[in-house]
Amino acid sequence: MEKLIPLIPFLPFLGFAVNGLFGRNWSKSTVGLIGSGTLLVSFLLSVACFNQVAATGPIHTVLYNFLTVDSLSVNFSFLVDQLSVWMMLIVTGVGFLIHVYSIGYMHDDEGFWKFFAYLNLFIFSMLLLVMGDNLVMLFFGWEGVGLCSYLLIGFWYTNKDFSKAARKAFIMNRIGDLGLLLGIFLIFKTFGSVTYTDIFARIETVNPDPAIMTTICLLLFVGAMGKSAQIPLYTWLPDAMAGPTPVSALIHAATMVTAGIYLVARCNPLYNLSPDALSVVAAIGLITSIWAGLIGLRQNDIKKVLAYSTVSQLGLMFVSLGMGAYVSAMFHVTTHAFFKALLFLGAGSVIHAMGGEQDIRNMGGLRKSLPVTFWIFVVGTFAISGFPLLAGFFSKDEIFANTYAAGGSLWWGLAGLGGLITAIYMCRLLFVTFFGNFRGTAEQKHHLHESPGVMTIPLIVLAILSVAGGFLNTPHFLHLGTPQWMAHFLEPVVRNTNLAHGGEPHHLPESTEWALMAFTTSLALLVIIISYFVYAVRRSLPVADTDQTGLTRLLARKFYVDEIYDFLFVKPTEKISQLLHYFADVWAIDGLVNGVGSGIKVLGAQFRKLQNGNMEYYLLGMVVGAVLLFLTLFM
Amino acid sequence: MLDVVKTIPIEYYVYLSSLLFCIGVFGVLIRRNAIVVLMCIELMLNAVNLLLAAFSTYLSDAQGQIMVFFIMVVAAAEAAVGLGILVMIFRNTKSTDIYSLDSLKH
Repeated sequence: MEKLIPLIPFLPFLGFAVNGLFGRNWSKSTVGLIGSGTLLVSFLLSVACFNQVAATGPIHTVLYNFLTVDSLSVNFSFLVDQLSVWMMLIVTGVGFLIHVYSIGYMHDDEGFWKFFAYLNLFIFSMLLLVMGDNLVMLFFGWEGVGLCSYLLIGFWYTNKDFSKAARKAFIMNRIGDLGLLLGIFLIFKTFGSVTYTDIFARIETVNPDPAIMTTICLLLFVGAMGKSAQIPLYTWLPDAMAGPTPVSALIHAATMVTAGIYLVARCNPLYNLSPDALSVVAAIGLITSIWAGLIGLRQNDIKKVLAYSTVSQLGLMFVSLGMGAYVSAMFHVTTHAFFKALLFLGAGSVIHAMGGEQDIRNMGGLRKSLPVTFWIFVVGTFAISGFPLLAGFFSKDEIFANTYAAGGSLWWGLAGLGGLITAIYMCRLLFVTFFGNFRGTAEQKHHLHESPGVMTIPLIVLAILSVAGGFLNTPHFLHLGTPQWMAHFLEPVVRNTNLAHGGEPHHLPESTEWALMAFTTSLALLVIIISYFVYAVRRSLPVADTDQTGLTRLLARKFYVDEIYDFLFVKPTEKISQLLHYFADVWAIDGLVNGVGSGIKVLGAQFRKLQNGNMEYYLLGMVVGAVLLFLTLFM
Repeated sequence: MLDVVKTIPIEYYVYLSSLLFCIGVFGVLIRRNAIVVLMCIELMLNAVNLLLAAFSTYLSDAQGQIMVFFIMVVAAAEAAVGLGILVMIFRNTKSTDIYSLDSLKH
């Protein structure tokens, strides 16, 4: 098994290389087969790894020594423990389904081969990120994921807005990456190592200053903010919708945005030393969750709504991390991967059927023409809203319970509000899109069709996972299946800790848990029912952009955050760049370089006059030289 | 014969040779006519010859005079070659003006 572990990331890399180099001339089915086939093998190997890890514990594979400088030694090595194997399963599993779906979705695209090459590279980077046994490997994957997101968001790069969105994602991520990099440096300075096991083992002996620990944790969290789209670095994620829909699914569900959660969960021994940093994580997560939810309430682009719901859900995961409930966050990552991939791919199916239309005001009544997509969307929406026994129900409930246990009722109430808003806009999306009358053009109505099997089958698999995913980690008091199965599995690496109660996981009385669950669930159900009446029965429609007033307008324009950033950061940067361009580049550097050139030219023109072709001048020079020589030698 | 030579102080030979040499140099630098330039070169060579002969006598060493013969032979050869080139120049440019030979510049 150990010998096979490197294959898990390198098979997708092979797929990238082969498709990227030769795919142009191959048929689409060959390219698709290579792209998804390599990933399927990776997934099967991950499953095998999972079994072995569950049976015998972590597997550590050192490939080679990557670099040694003084006391810094970095190995190119994989640590497959409970946490990383869990992530590997999500990345390869959901990634594989998205690949299969892409075969259908991208079928008419000229860049089909390129698309699959990028997707495979994306998966490779993500696997490197989760499988590396040290922070440097994680950083490789981290950067690779950032690069691939840039390539994929800007996949249709001839559209200027799309390529701008790609740049935005890249730059926003770079800001976060700087934090991560500084965090890694500080970890190395403090602990003298970048390998997880070494760092965690040295915590006792090094016994670092709490201020340093807080700094480290906050720097790492800045990195997580960038990748996992938290305030203030979240604006790239909604714009990332510019990419093809499978990319959105991949970025939002299986890869990329989960990297930040993984980082914090992986470094949980460090975070446990810094309650301050955890509070910041929780606060940022909470604000993001509500903030993005509010914006999502008044978005009319089907993918934008989903994008803001992702930001909001990620915020919820960070609340969970901040409360020390690392496993609950990982659990929500897992279920979120299922239903968000489902929702995005379902949205892709809708967009595919509507011939590229993304505005839900121009849809409506699609449940008759797209029955499979409709039911899939229902599952996804109910799962994310917290409908009883679906995936999101369990994971969200666990987050709320942990928030209540660690943070008290105020935190619980605000986190619950974030979750509630999610239910509102997701139901709005569902009912406006699939109920009522068709509002598109006659041509679109004629064109409406259910997607081919290669697209619907992955959706059905994801729908089953979205239904059953919650049973991975059911709460104790419900007595369903194996309670807390996932928590038990992950326990050697990461477990819920409640710092307020001496690092022990929370233990609420069963009656309290029941009450919390009943309260949130009934609210979610209430929201679903009210939304049904408002949007499906009364058929109230979102207003046109020009009729938006007051709060609606504020929300539809995303609190003008993009404009504010534009004013505060982009415009000043552009101005400074222009100034620098003029003074530093044109004036100083160009002036210097051109000055040297023209100086030599002027000098040359002077010297050229000596070379006038007249013999006697040369002779005169000779004589003068000889006389001077004579004088210097003999006088 | 030696005594006759020695009745004139050595300084005078040096002055005369220097004068002749300078006349040659200035002639080369100033005159435009290639024939005159060649003659000036001969003048410079002979100025040196004169000096060599004088020192040879004063020091009673024949080496200087042997050198003079060598220089005369070389000067003859040089004159032959120089005049040959000059004839060719005249055939091509219909003049012996060395200022017309500036095609290197262009």
